[in-house]
Amino acid sequence: MIEFFGGILVLIGAAFSLIAAIGLVRLPDIYLRMHAATKAGTLGAGLVLIALALESQQIEVAARAVSGVLFLLFTAPIAAHLLGRAGYLSGAPLWSQTRFDDLAGKYGSDGRRLAGMPRETLMKDAPDRSD
Amino acid sequence: MAEFGPRFLEWSIQIAYLAIAISFALTVFRLLRGPTLADRVVSLDMLALLGIGFIGVFSVATQQYAFLDVAIALALVGFLATVAFARYVYRGALIKRRIPAPSEEGAD
Repeated sequence: MIEFFGGILVLIGAAFSLIAAIGLVRLPDIYLRMHAATKAGTLGAGLVLIALALESQQIEVAARAVSGVLFLLFTAPIAAHLLGRAGYLSGAPLWSQTRFDDLAGKYGSDGRRLAGMPRETLMKDAPDRSD
Repeated sequence: MAEFGPRFLEWSIQIAYLAIAISFALTVFRLLRGPTLADRVVSLDMLALLGIGFIGVFSVATQQYAFLDVAIALALVGFLATVAFARYVYRGALIKRRIPAPSEEGAD
């Protein structure tokens, strides 16, 4: 029975990896590609690791696998956020049918700080490092 | 049922190997093709995730659970590589716009 559930989880994880890779090829711009790669890719790798934890039936292997899954779940949003911000600032083109670009014109000439946002709210707790 | 479980696991491992191999090929295609540098960085991140998945399937198939440490180390290295590449893309954008890089800040 455990083999059955492990096999199901391995299959679902591999299917999510395949869907993520197909999305990486087929989707039109970098932000949508990142949407596929981050969410579906993380879910694919995480489900395979959970299958490994279930299949091993050893508590130390299961603990390591679950910690690996938690690490993936914690780090994937951070990496995606940094990449999306860097891609947007480097001028990666949006899809031609994108309807809303909420950040359009808001990064200003600075390239670092959102324009129109008071400096106090952005850097409230940080020391003044602008000059 | 006692016979069905291991055989089903065997089949699903074979199918998972195939799916992950196709995923590797598609991701490498995007890595070579990708119009911008950020696309290639996304592909590298995805390659690390696929490597973790492949190691997981291999570890289930061979019962060699020591490979799990390799997968966790690969997750760590992949995350750090993505963060470092994102910083490079960001710095490159600043240089291209002729904005002085915040060299002393380090908190971007």
